[in-house]
Amino acid sequence: MATVEVTFTPLPAHVRTARLVATAVARRSGVDEALLDEVRLAVGEACSRAVEAHRRHCPAEPVKIEMTDQGERFVVVVSDQAPTSTAPSATTGAGTGASPGTGASPGTSTGANGHDAGQEAATLVQGADEAGTPAGFGLAVISGLADDVRVSSTSSGVSVRMSWPSAAPAVG
Amino acid sequence: MDLKLGHYNKDGIEVVDVEGEIDVYTAPRLRELLIDLVNKNNYQLVVNMEKVEFLDSTGLGVLVGGLKRVRAHDGSLDLVCTQERILKIFRITGLTKVFGIHETVDGAIAAKKLEK
Repeated sequence: MATVEVTFTPLPAHVRTARLVATAVARRSGVDEALLDEVRLAVGEACSRAVEAHRRHCPAEPVKIEMTDQGERFVVVVSDQAPTSTAPSATTGAGTGASPGTGASPGTSTGANGHDAGQEAATLVQGADEAGTPAGFGLAVISGLADDVRVSSTSSGVSVRMSWPSAAPAVG
Repeated sequence: MDLKLGHYNKDGIEVVDVEGEIDVYTAPRLRELLIDLVNKNNYQLVVNMEKVEFLDSTGLGVLVGGLKRVRAHDGSLDLVCTQERILKIFRITGLTKVFGIHETVDGAIAAKKLEK
């Protein structure tokens, strides 16, 4: 059972609230202070992606975040209900240091810590859309930040599962 | 914290001061400012990010979009940033090799003058 579950209307303004809640719950779950920035950014990226997907396909449906303290791991799952035809392919990226490209859209490498990162970035600059945001960039950032990332597509939408090490649960 | 934007011209280079959080909610305002500056024939830009508290991929996308626009006019867009938490995002995405990143506004301006 999730320690904290949040659903919110898919509006960009709510993404900030979502990442603030995630950061607070992570801190409460014993995630190291040094990792909280990564939690904040990764959850924000996952929520931004979900919000964009909902705004295109199902703006009336809420985005869901589940945050669970599993003892030694703090797990966050961000789920959308957008049609999977436009979603990333189902992938798994278990293990510490998810490999570059894991969970990103097909054919898009994250470039995380890779020697080709600069070339990838240059390509992304060329390929940026009118809004300036290269496709798959958010998931690429998540893969570079989270200790463990799994992106899965189901008939009901896409979920991004991320986890970080946590200390013993706070008491009181 | 919301996003605060300001800009001024120094030695023919437009310096954009950004303060607060750049995310999916606030990034459109930065995008509009950069587009407006380019439309007013400012092709040498320095974005000062020393007071940015949060930056996500949407913000990166806006900066990339700005870079594309000034490059179309043989211009450049450099950044001022010394915060590790922000620099980390640029490193993860490989964008440190795309943007000129400087420690001070004066340093960024001096580097641009050398390029000319």
